Amino acid sequence: MRNAFINTLIELAERDKNIYLLTGDLGFSVLEKFSQKFPERFLNCGVAEQNMMGVAAGLALSGKKPYVYSIIPFITMRCFEQIRNDVCYQNLDVKIIGVGSGLAYGFLGATHHAIEDIAILRVLPNMTILSPADPIETRELVLKSYQVKNPTYLRLNKSGEKILYNLTSQIEIGKPSVLKEGQNGAIIATGISVGLGLEVVEKLKGKGYNFKLVSLHTLKPIDEKSLLRELVRQKIIFTLEEHNIIGGLGSAISEILAENNWQGKFERLAIPDRYCPEIGDTEYLRRIFGLVTNKIIEKISRIINQ
Amino acid sequence: MDYSQIAKEIRKKVLKMVFDSRTPHLGSSLSAVDILTVLYFKILKIDPKNPLDENRDRFILSKGHAAAALYAALAERGFFPKEILDGYCRDGGKLPGHSTRGCVPGVEVSTGSLGHGLPMGAGMAIAAKNDGKNYRIFILMSDGECEEGSVWEAALFASHHQLDNLIGIIDYNKLQAFGRTNEILNLEPLKKKWEDFGWKVKEVDGHSFSEIEESLSKIPFEKGKPSLLICHTIKGKGVSFIEDKLEWHYKNLTKEEYDMALKELK
Repeated sequence: MRNAFINTLIELAERDKNIYLLTGDLGFSVLEKFSQKFPERFLNCGVAEQNMMGVAAGLALSGKKPYVYSIIPFITMRCFEQIRNDVCYQNLDVKIIGVGSGLAYGFLGATHHAIEDIAILRVLPNMTILSPADPIETRELVLKSYQVKNPTYLRLNKSGEKILYNLTSQIEIGKPSVLKEGQNGAIIATGISVGLGLEVVEKLKGKGYNFKLVSLHTLKPIDEKSLLRELVRQKIIFTLEEHNIIGGLGSAISEILAENNWQGKFERLAIPDRYCPEIGDTEYLRRIFGLVTNKIIEKISRIINQ
Repeated sequence: MDYSQIAKEIRKKVLKMVFDSRTPHLGSSLSAVDILTVLYFKILKIDPKNPLDENRDRFILSKGHAAAALYAALAERGFFPKEILDGYCRDGGKLPGHSTRGCVPGVEVSTGSLGHGLPMGAGMAIAAKNDGKNYRIFILMSDGECEEGSVWEAALFASHHQLDNLIGIIDYNKLQAFGRTNEILNLEPLKKKWEDFGWKVKEVDGHSFSEIEESLSKIPFEKGKPSLLICHTIKGKGVSFIEDKLEWHYKNLTKEEYDMALKELK
């Protein structure tokens, strides 16, 4: 995803000399392609995220299109007030690029895990939140958000994500993307969890259940009508995300379902409300939190059979 | 130019706005009036009839709580009709208690939380340099604001990038909400700190129009470095019973005090 992002940004920057890339001294071996091509539009701001976000706002106030890059906790939390006051309050064209969604930085520990970012950014007026599932969605969302001049947060994983899409035409900001059709229930996933959702849906098919899989790559704004159109006939809905169970995808969907009188069985699959209690790589930690295919299948089977 | 008459007019308006709305920050606003007077009537290359001219100098009131003084200065300079000042901190009015971008012509950015102006100004300065533009960016900060870490992040950034089109001004009135700045979180030696961060620093009496004008007429103070002007000021300047008194960070004027204050500005 990081490479899909930087390659797409370079394409855009070749056409638009107002694009700037700022980093808080992170992105080693990823961002060099940009910095070598456009040295005057690449600013390594050092380990000083508050200043970096303010600088981005100043650039945007001067007609530039800054993309601000770092690991998610540092680029969303260290400078949260700059995002709120400088970027969102002034409704500026600043793109925040966070790397390492959920448990991506497994071994590096809870300081580097990104499990609260969607919750805290979702409450900021003017903010768009994009959470791509694979390099194809990443590229499409970078291209499409470039056209939109409002604050945008792009929540990336790291690298090596499976390609889930054949078609790009259906990826629209705000709209759900349906990757699998099914009538026995629906899984709405976002970001890296869409890949997991796909595995789950395929295994369920082997057990005779056809589940719909939706990639909700835009967590804000959500086109409610389009989403409800996809969900209205479903009686079982799961949300699946690598984020705290509070405040993320599951919360956003439950708000919509509750307000639209949807009746059925709804459950959020996410990281429980606690910091990671163990040391381990991403897959190990996902197992601890039950965010792996078998555990999810067990859970869904239980609910189907109730 | 009769700076002192202009500054008096601005102070009278500030008093009226703060008295009518019963809002805080009178001392902080009065403290900055003389600096704003010289900036808006001499230094800044701006045109009230064309407030968004792309080559204009930019001014950021980073100590956004002195918004009353900024609005009054802008109105005095002709950016908008003076009646709009009556809507300061009033229900449905145009002027919020901390300066907000676009609330009236001439307000460049939204501030209110301290330590935000200098980073944004640094971003503007980079953009100006890369675009080959000659405009300058002026940031007015408070002394208490220099307790914010983001100020020093930006100070490092600005000197690293040799932003000599960036000018920081500190309204050094030595009082903050709870007491003397040097008792709450000592900033001294302030000049040396900024010099150590790579800035060229000058110090003036922040109520001497000629000193302010003289120093801000030669920018940058040193080629290749951002400039910092430390203005030694008196909080509440212009009204004897408000000057250098802690309580006027928050306190509201009674009718008698308001009348007395106006009398002093006759």
